[in-house]
Amino acid sequence: MESMSSLSTDMELKTEPFVLNMGPQHPSTHGVFRMRVLLDGEVVVDLEPIFGYLHRGIEKLAETRTYTQVIPLTDRLLYLSSMACNHAYVRSVEKLAGIHVPERGEYIRVIMDELMRISSHLMAVGFFLNDLGCSVYTPLLYMYREREKILDMFEMVCGQRLTYNYMRVGGVSGDVPEEFMPVLKRFVAEMPHFIAEYEQLLAENEILLARTKGVGVLPRELAINASASGPVLRASGVKWDIRKADPYSVYDRFDFEVPIGQVGDNYDRYRVRIMEMHQSLRILEQAMRQFPAGEACAKLPQLLRPAVGEAYGRVETPQGEMGFYVVSDNSIAPYRMHIRPPALLNLTALKDMVVGWKVADVIATFGSIDIAMGEVDR
Amino acid sequence: MDWWPLGNFWAHFAVFALAIIVFVLLMVMVFIWFERRAFGPFQMRWGPNRASPWGALQPVADAIKVLLKEDIVPAVADKWVHFIAPVVGFLPVLLIFAVVPFHDGHGLIPDMSIGILYVVAISALSVVGVFMAGWSSGNKYSLLGGMRVIAQMVSYEVPLVLSIISVVLVAGSLSMNEIVAAQEIPFFVLMPLGFLIFLIAAMAEINRGPFDLLEADSEIVAGFHIEYSGMKFAMFYLAEYGHALAMSAVAATLFFGGWRGPGDEYIGFLWFLLKVFFIFFLLIWARVTFPRLRVDHLMGFGWKFLFPLALMNVFVVAAEMIVWGEIDGGMPWWIVFINLPAALVLIYLWSRLFRFGGGRVGVNA
Repeated sequence: MESMSSLSTDMELKTEPFVLNMGPQHPSTHGVFRMRVLLDGEVVVDLEPIFGYLHRGIEKLAETRTYTQVIPLTDRLLYLSSMACNHAYVRSVEKLAGIHVPERGEYIRVIMDELMRISSHLMAVGFFLNDLGCSVYTPLLYMYREREKILDMFEMVCGQRLTYNYMRVGGVSGDVPEEFMPVLKRFVAEMPHFIAEYEQLLAENEILLARTKGVGVLPRELAINASASGPVLRASGVKWDIRKADPYSVYDRFDFEVPIGQVGDNYDRYRVRIMEMHQSLRILEQAMRQFPAGEACAKLPQLLRPAVGEAYGRVETPQGEMGFYVVSDNSIAPYRMHIRPPALLNLTALKDMVVGWKVADVIATFGSIDIAMGEVDR
Repeated sequence: MDWWPLGNFWAHFAVFALAIIVFVLLMVMVFIWFERRAFGPFQMRWGPNRASPWGALQPVADAIKVLLKEDIVPAVADKWVHFIAPVVGFLPVLLIFAVVPFHDGHGLIPDMSIGILYVVAISALSVVGVFMAGWSSGNKYSLLGGMRVIAQMVSYEVPLVLSIISVVLVAGSLSMNEIVAAQEIPFFVLMPLGFLIFLIAAMAEINRGPFDLLEADSEIVAGFHIEYSGMKFAMFYLAEYGHALAMSAVAATLFFGGWRGPGDEYIGFLWFLLKVFFIFFLLIWARVTFPRLRVDHLMGFGWKFLFPLALMNVFVVAAEMIVWGEIDGGMPWWIVFINLPAALVLIYLWSRLFRFGGGRVGVNA
């Protein structure tokens, strides 16, 4: 017996953590994100996010383009919610130049924003479930089904399905066609059934609950200190939504709730997105009822020359607060443009959320933040 | 086999070995096609439908593509282990079929007296091939996958064997053919709990569905076969589906009465195939529906949920065998009215007690 015990102490396994380089080529890093993960077996000891692989210098590029030519660049930021990026940019330019947008234009923008929010949240939830390991994409394909309908509507109004370039300084590039409203009405009517279907399939799935509840918790204080925004912040229990806190466009005319989570775990982030879809549908319903007649875009000169000054305009994109800080020197191009990237700032808390969890949770938590590398690297 | 004109063991051996290899390869192709077609309706799409009607030649096209790919061996790989691993992974899958009775007493050695024990022993061997692949590739992802597969195998082999024990208790034999012969009533009716445990453990054993941790594409990319391409990758693919086929065949034999079924005795093989496809459909269903388990959840589920349930199942079946086992030479059919509620109650009660556990681990970085 004694020799046995001495044997076991001699053979005690010596382990040491090792570095796993996840990304930039990795199926679940939503683009070219890279994580340098220090692993002790399966447990994450340390994580260092590395980005910049998709840097295109959009802020610098904007300085050589006219104010209107910058709009397509903003499509390439959060490419799953391009409309909202458009809106953030045009809003800051309108603030800078003091342009008043016709009411119909504002309503069209709100409708587009909310459709975009539903579409983006569908993708966020779908890819999150994909990251959780629905390895043959089933939930994602169900979400795609509804996203297609939204994309069809976008195609109706601007002819594009991904990079819309629809909003203009002073309104939108064109009024909605007359066949748009019936389609929207039908979509708003049937979407709750589809959301109910997702709930039915997902809400009580034991594996899903075990994988998400309590995992990747972002505490309230940390969320605020990391200047997180959007669903990530609200899941941590902070009632902060630019649409309510600093109403822009015509959002003060709608009656809607800001859903929040309690714990700030992956499950809450997923729930908040599902609930926000319901609220977006409420806004859409009201916007359709109040939809005014008139011009969709203000009459403006071809080349904008805002007076010397600076402005910061922000909107609530599906990922969080996106803001454009635009400085004008009275030329046709912005003197300087800076973007407040919601996904990048949400991402900064990633390390605190995943340390101590398993490799699989890194991917799941990362997926629950819902980023687009186009915006993180800019 | 006296029907065989040569009446010679070696002739029998040669013919059936060849037949099994052809059967497995063909069935793997059919399975791949069947799975991809079955995914279609689950995901509101068509599935492969371009290569020939219903996409039936899709697996052929895939096979040609994969065989023509360049074979890459990483510079840091352990060349020989890397080379042998796919073979070691695939061979046990073929070997399982040696004892599977395809028809009444027809197979390579369906009457082998330790049939099911042989299946359990051989089936676990394919893990060695997977681990060899994971270890020798010289890649951290594949190493993680290799480590996971060992943990998974250890956790699920025990409930698997325990659920088989309940079958053996009722059938009174380890021989696959005898087990089928004993199934006047298919065993999934007699012991639904045993069947469920077997099915779940088999899913974990063949690393599919919600248990595909070792190749978890969203986490560790492709796990153990990340550094494999071309023919060697095809071997792993073959092994995966072959293993699914083997486990479906074993489940059909153990719980669905293998080749038994109404109708002419000559269509026994068709009944067997039908049951295999049914079980495989259950595997597809689970795979297409569930998210993946985490590695600690997986082990917790195996040891804390399936293992006690399997023990209780063995206990219940053994007690019933003592009390009613001698009525007309087997378990009476009305036992289902005891076992089905018992299974439901046990699953319900145990799931109330069971917690996945496995939270945040304290680390000092």
